[in-house]
Amino acid sequence: MSAVKKRHPTFVVGKYAALAFYLIFALFPLYWLLKIAITPDALIYSEGTRLFPSEVTLLNFTTVVFQTDFLAYFRNSLVVSLGAAFFTTLFAAGAGYAFSRFVFKGKRIIIALMLVTQMFPLLMIIAPIYKIVAELGLLNSLTSLIVVYTAFNIPFATFLMQSFFDGIPKDLEDAAMMDGCSRFQALRKVVFPLTLPGLGATLGFVFTAAWSELLFALMLISKNDAMTFPVGLLTFVSKFSVDWGQMMAAGVLALIPSCLFFIFIQRYLVQGLTSGAVKG
Amino acid sequence: MAHIELRDVAKRYGNVEVLRNIDLEIQDGEFIVLVGPSGCGKSTLLRMVAGLEPISSGDFLIDGERMNDVRPRDRDIAMVFQSYALYPHMDVARNMGFSMEIRKVPVAARKSKVAQAAETLGLTNLTDRLPKALSGGQRQRVAMGRAIIRDPQAFLFDEPLSNLDAALRVEMRLEIARLHQSLSATMIYVTHDQVEALTLADRIVVLNGGDIQQVGSPLELYERPANKFVAQFIGSPTMNVVPVAGTKTGVTAGNGTEILLPDQPLVSQAKELGVRPEHIDVVDNGTGDLSAVADVVEHLGSDTNIYVNVEGIGSMMVRKHGNIPVKSGEQLGLRIQTENAHLFAKDGTALRRVA
Repeated sequence: MSAVKKRHPTFVVGKYAALAFYLIFALFPLYWLLKIAITPDALIYSEGTRLFPSEVTLLNFTTVVFQTDFLAYFRNSLVVSLGAAFFTTLFAAGAGYAFSRFVFKGKRIIIALMLVTQMFPLLMIIAPIYKIVAELGLLNSLTSLIVVYTAFNIPFATFLMQSFFDGIPKDLEDAAMMDGCSRFQALRKVVFPLTLPGLGATLGFVFTAAWSELLFALMLISKNDAMTFPVGLLTFVSKFSVDWGQMMAAGVLALIPSCLFFIFIQRYLVQGLTSGAVKG
Repeated sequence: MAHIELRDVAKRYGNVEVLRNIDLEIQDGEFIVLVGPSGCGKSTLLRMVAGLEPISSGDFLIDGERMNDVRPRDRDIAMVFQSYALYPHMDVARNMGFSMEIRKVPVAARKSKVAQAAETLGLTNLTDRLPKALSGGQRQRVAMGRAIIRDPQAFLFDEPLSNLDAALRVEMRLEIARLHQSLSATMIYVTHDQVEALTLADRIVVLNGGDIQQVGSPLELYERPANKFVAQFIGSPTMNVVPVAGTKTGVTAGNGTEILLPDQPLVSQAKELGVRPEHIDVVDNGTGDLSAVADVVEHLGSDTNIYVNVEGIGSMMVRKHGNIPVKSGEQLGLRIQTENAHLFAKDGTALRRVA
């Protein structure tokens, strides 16, 4: 490990060039989003593909925030995404712990069933879901979306949480129980603090998935006051025109919570917290 | 301090029986070592004593009280794990004081207890470190500190030294021996390393395939192994075992050599002869019981290991104290110290000589 191999300069340049190319490729759409959001309406078509507009405005943002229902969509999305993330993580953590630590009848069957649910396209079950939600009288409610998103995300989130629990040595729990903990205390005082990265990852994953989900939101919500943000974005498309500037401004604003959320959880995502627990 | 008793204890996973007929009585303050090859059930037995594995049948008693269904936290037993199992998110002081934290011992009392244990184990300067900032030996000490601090009825050690390098292992072994002397607590120690077993134990329990093979003091196991398994497992280097045919007065080896064993009444039933490497003398070629060719010679300074090929029998090992001037390829005579020889019957049980 001591000697670091010296790379040929061309290799280094090539590596950075490849990285730069990838970054540009990945971030360009985001740049374009921002660029159109700050371009005055009049210049959108006339300046076309110019990399930076000759004039900059924040009018699109103020219009979106103060003159549309954007804030309502935003609040609805926040409620739905946080709700789905919270409940999914709660159930997935419980199920993941059970799968990781206990041997019980039907475990393999349950795991297989959960895998199967991930295999067929969602489009197939939209009609039955609509029917169920309608029968329950939950159409046009945010509750329906929270329930549906939670149900759809639990299998994957459970596998995710299970792998995090698998990574926590069982000896730690045994040691805690020898030290005087009940199983639940061991879970709360030892396992839970070590699972924070896993909980953070699961929360983040479900939050972003729910934040950008369109299909079910479109099917189950038709009233304006219960619309989530992705559905609301479509209202910027009218029969004869598309309000590009406002739509992009709304898009930029919608990115903010996702980014904030990831900044908030990223310190929990840092791995290596468990190193030193057992032989290192 | 505790008197621990296991009565006809067994462990089954479904139809698989991993431990059976375990009868063992451990005296107050005794140091018991459970030893055996991997998969023999020794760790499972320890975890059953700890309460981390349910006992399938039989009784487990501490000071005469049946403890089978008592939770680990209520057994008042401390355990040191092979992996140390330190809580990675707690510093050394909190790791050591965790059991008191759970029992809601006041902070001041906790602090002084931790400081005292840290002092004993030489960890005073490290109490605010996280486990990941410690070396293997230091982690091992913290794990022991966590156990000592509780002042439990009994200590359990599950292969505590197997993750340390050789030098550190010797040092920590000594420390555990000292700990036992100063605490005079009941200790049960699991290892697959017979050197640890021989050096630490008051009594050793040899396990194989889920059965107790023999229980006895280190010297008893060395001098009077109950069967071929114990004979070969205890003692380093391993005992030489060669197939023989028992006669009225001795045994005949594969090459026809007869070795007289006068004080062995059951010698006629012998199927195998066991001789420890240190119980074979090197004599001039042509004299002694067997003639052999030196294959590989290892000079260790204090000892000389000679791997020999004996015609008609196969390879054997001879260990002599000091430096023996033998070269590879040399013809040697070997004399077996018959008073230290062991005989085994067809099923591997030892045929005892008259006392």
